[in-house]
Amino acid sequence: MTATPAIEGWFTTGADPALLGTRCTTCTTVFFPKADGFCRNPACGGETFEEVALSRRGRIWSYTDAQYQPPPPFIPPQAEGDPYEPFALAAVELPEGLVVLGQVARGYGVDDLTVGDEAELVVETLYTDETGERSIWRWKPVQELGQEADA
Amino acid sequence: MSNDVAVAGVGMHPWGKWGKSFVTYGVHAARAALADAGVPWTDVDFVVGGETVRNGYGGYVAGATFAQALGWNGARVATSYAACATGAQALDTARARILAGMCEVALVVGADTTPKGFLAPNAGERWDDPDWLRFRLLGMTNPAYFALYARRRMDLYGATQADFAQVKVKNAKHGLHNPNARYRKEVSVEDVLGSAVVSDPLHLLDICATSDGAAAVVLTSLDYALRHGLASPVKVKAISTVTPTFPNTIMDMPNLSTDSSAVVGVPERTFKESIGHAAYEEAGIGPEDVDVAEVYDLSTALELDWVEDLGLCKRGEAEALLRAGDTTIGGRIPVNPSGGLACFGEAVPAQALAQVCELTWQLRGQAEGRQVEGARVGITANQGLFGHGSSVLLAV
Repeated sequence: MTATPAIEGWFTTGADPALLGTRCTTCTTVFFPKADGFCRNPACGGETFEEVALSRRGRIWSYTDAQYQPPPPFIPPQAEGDPYEPFALAAVELPEGLVVLGQVARGYGVDDLTVGDEAELVVETLYTDETGERSIWRWKPVQELGQEADA
Repeated sequence: MSNDVAVAGVGMHPWGKWGKSFVTYGVHAARAALADAGVPWTDVDFVVGGETVRNGYGGYVAGATFAQALGWNGARVATSYAACATGAQALDTARARILAGMCEVALVVGADTTPKGFLAPNAGERWDDPDWLRFRLLGMTNPAYFALYARRRMDLYGATQADFAQVKVKNAKHGLHNPNARYRKEVSVEDVLGSAVVSDPLHLLDICATSDGAAAVVLTSLDYALRHGLASPVKVKAISTVTPTFPNTIMDMPNLSTDSSAVVGVPERTFKESIGHAAYEEAGIGPEDVDVAEVYDLSTALELDWVEDLGLCKRGEAEALLRAGDTTIGGRIPVNPSGGLACFGEAVPAQALAQVCELTWQLRGQAEGRQVEGARVGITANQGLFGHGSSVLLAV
């Protein structure tokens, strides 16, 4: 069974998933999450937007992790009674000139991340509820072969 | 024409977890400030309350709540909300009315009763509210944002976790004798590094707690101050409550992304830099004129950011300042002599006012046990959710 996005219209799924933003048709500024109705560039009166898929790769602006389970409305991924598993978070600067937050892909922690390194968007399961698995975008470090050996 | 107003009186309710209503704390602080000013409540013709979002309807209309609790006196009323900058915005509202000649004596009060643990958004499903979405989609708590900033200091400027711990050590020492501080105990670098990691690289003792507390300020026109025998009061020289300038390129709580700089370009100053800059500009002075600063150390590392954002040193040099003892009482530019949020914990609508209370005591030479000798100019800085921030410049 395929997972349903935890929020509709924010990202594509499939082989090469991407975040979905909007581009102002007047000044071409890109917004994520989608701007709608009016452009937030103060020098622009634009009111029409086109949907745009953002670059799938960017540079890590900063990163951290959540060693304690966040409070609701966070939905813990583990089954009730199972121990909480910490996850990492990263802010990634995209070529479109904006920084986007995301959890870090499963299996990676803060030790795998450095400011300025490359990361790529993936889609993974965020939690499971009565409707099934719900997915979310995540940042996965792009590790070139042999990179770990570099100092 | 002078745009100065007088800080006639300040007062606080000690920070802690007292289990009482925010109204109790607020009235305590208000009465302390009025007593400090020697101003009767009946002379107050404008009351501004700092809104608290955690205490029901009374909190939403805090100005009226405090006015009623003090005994309706017919004063005009306002309530301000600007997240962590609430107190400064409330103060600015009072100042504007005084400078417009529309009131003479204003009482500004902020008080809060906070829950234990992470601050979380209000209940209910809100798919268009970034403050709700950041928890639901990312599990992004406040300390996680603080940790992003801390990590950048480490990867860009070579800061260490021991540097961050040293901020806590310094502030804990500063706050030891502050009767309004919640935590009055020395802390060692080892204590900080030995405490649990909450969001890497920040430990539990790097992150401020949430507290109950209240602070109040009596602001008056200079004329009123003179008539009441306050010949040389502490004066408000500037209050900055500027919003960011598009594009806001630094990841700000509670957003999931920044604005894009691709079309417009990166602005001359970051949001936090612009907050202090506007205060300096309004007062007509510069960072070199400042003797003491109270900055928003929601985390230890954020204090280092603020020292740079306020221009007290160059970008990337705050650790060197800290290590040299320059930001310790007795140093070149003492930061957080009150003990800061490290010793208080955050009581949101009261916190920006608490900073003003501390600087007032410092500039009067009344900060017993933590006095910055000869301080004549002080600056505050703070930042809250949704593009709010503040800086208040005081001088005597």
